[in-house]
Amino acid sequence: MAHQWGMVIDLDRCTGCEACVVACHAENNISTVGADQAARGRAKHWIRVERYYEGEFPDVKTKFMPVLCQQCGNAPCEPVCPTFASYHTQEGLNGQIYNRCIGTRYCANACPYNVRFFNFYNPVWDKPLNLQLNPDVSLREVGIMEKCTFCVQRIKAAEIQAQSEKRDVKDGEIQPACVQSCTTRAMVFGDLNDPESEVSRLARSHRATRLLDELGTAPKVTYLQRDSWHDGQDV
Amino acid sequence: MTDKTSDQINRDLLNPLFETSGRYWLVLSCFVAIVIAAVFAFAWQVYNGIGVAGIRRPVFWGFYITNFVFWIGLSHAGTLISAILRLCNATWRRPVTRCAEVITVFALSIGALFPVIHLGRPWVAFWLIPYPSERFIWPNIRSPLLWDFFAINTYLIGSVTFLLLPIIPDFAVVRDRATGLRKKIYRILALGWSGTPKQWHRLETAMHIMAIAIIPVAVSVHSIVSWDFAMAPVPMWHSTIFAPYFVCGAIFSGIAALILAMAFLRKFLHLEEYLLPIHFENLGKLLLVMSLLWFYFVFSERLTTWYGNESSEMAVFWLTQTGRFSPLFWLMVFCNFILPVPILAIKKLRTIAGTAIASGAVVLGMWLERYLIIVPSLSRKYLPYAYVTNPYKPTWVEITITAGTFAGLIMLYMLFSKVVPIISMWELKAGKQHVVAGTVPLIAPAKEVEAD
Repeated sequence: MAHQWGMVIDLDRCTGCEACVVACHAENNISTVGADQAARGRAKHWIRVERYYEGEFPDVKTKFMPVLCQQCGNAPCEPVCPTFASYHTQEGLNGQIYNRCIGTRYCANACPYNVRFFNFYNPVWDKPLNLQLNPDVSLREVGIMEKCTFCVQRIKAAEIQAQSEKRDVKDGEIQPACVQSCTTRAMVFGDLNDPESEVSRLARSHRATRLLDELGTAPKVTYLQRDSWHDGQDV
Repeated sequence: MTDKTSDQINRDLLNPLFETSGRYWLVLSCFVAIVIAAVFAFAWQVYNGIGVAGIRRPVFWGFYITNFVFWIGLSHAGTLISAILRLCNATWRRPVTRCAEVITVFALSIGALFPVIHLGRPWVAFWLIPYPSERFIWPNIRSPLLWDFFAINTYLIGSVTFLLLPIIPDFAVVRDRATGLRKKIYRILALGWSGTPKQWHRLETAMHIMAIAIIPVAVSVHSIVSWDFAMAPVPMWHSTIFAPYFVCGAIFSGIAALILAMAFLRKFLHLEEYLLPIHFENLGKLLLVMSLLWFYFVFSERLTTWYGNESSEMAVFWLTQTGRFSPLFWLMVFCNFILPVPILAIKKLRTIAGTAIASGAVVLGMWLERYLIIVPSLSRKYLPYAYVTNPYKPTWVEITITAGTFAGLIMLYMLFSKVVPIISMWELKAGKQHVVAGTVPLIAPAKEVEAD
């Protein structure tokens, strides 16, 4: 059976350190846009840590929620793309094929999670940062949409390795950059089609919720939390 | 109108083709300058990147898509209205139809530019065309943008045909009067028209088929434009009312544009004896009906949203009713309903000036409506973390291109009025004959008109 890659994020463990954000930038050649452009809403963070506050000052609790592409099983971004740039892979990923993208930005409007990022200008890296680019990840030119890929380059590398050794990919063998760098091990990645995998086991937890599940997007990222703290909020 | 002889009609309506004042060139060059500025702005955007526009995450659509919907809506002026009036045998339509059909063709051409202008990579826009390519990939037929591509192209081909067919006899008239190079060009354009009964019969049949065929096409075009929004799970977009709401709005803004165009043509081309108060009065009544219908749609949409009280939709709802966008929202209601309804409902006010003022307000109001559909929803999409605090603001690039398209429409209209009589001459003459005879068929039999 084909893999169905999924992720579990334990919000009770997340400290909001944003190591995942930094790791993601480094792994996926995400260019920074500078303070001016960031203020104009052009910053690109494939994963971001959303911060919500509970209670009144001084008795305030801060809640962190890392949000990345939810790799929806029923993704609103996919049917709207006229050129198949936004595309459902056989392993259940929402692929984004940069070469096909013509920049209608329709996918980003349709995405309820706002996790799609657009290259408003050609990316630039100040020297010598251009030397640290990851050769496994293609660069994106102006006018192209990009987003979290679950580090598809790592998934592919592990699958090819396993195939050459004539075995299946082991649970925990693949770690996207964010999972690898998570200081509190709040994030777990694996195959949802394997009922024994850690990610499947955690996804069955009574603490499991899915973000905006009511929209019918069938997200493959599961959030764990003691109580559904965002239910009481007027969003 | 009916007391004019054929010669008088020819003289009055062909005059703009053969005589051009210095003032015309002055005005035209102003509009051409604005269009050139817009072309420069677009070149600037292609060279530097789409970032020079004001769009931002998550408001990925702004002025360009607003203009797209607006111009496609405006294009419903013509073909649809003129087709309906033709099929209903409304005799007063005769001086109006061509003005309307011209708006359709030009507004549609301009509107169709915007999906390309707004692309991140406009140089690969041709990937929307299904052709067997080395990429081995067809466009995604599930995408409403592809439906747009086909709908707009169908409508454009249809409305160009619908415009050109009844011009053929008029081209022939110009051909017979022109000299030199101009005669040669019009000889080609007239397609060998000699006014035989067989030709008239074929023209009549073709017009009849086109008038019937173009109506469902026009309705489908703006339904599909509405589905660009309604197919996405975005608060206040994902609505079943959108298709009829958009079609209604399109016809509404189309009639307004037609009245405005007629008022300007009447003044500048001295057509006071052809475009009569009765035409403005009748179109004014149509505009009144559409204004009431538009308000009914807006009211239904807002009321059901409010009662539904769905949290993500209410965020958008309050943003437009009382929040940052409320001044624009209430200006829209004023322009589309509060101002035009009394003007158009009271007979004394339904004059040429009155209907023109109401129409100007409606054109502005309908532009605002499209803006208010697109931007507030994208500013309030589900997760409060992504709510826009630093709102979308258009830049000089978007504003210049927008201004350029308005100037472009006027420019094209001015040029067109120098090439083709802006009022269908043979239809006027045919109407005259049949008023006298007491019968009013769709298109005149050959003999009376053939005299020219």
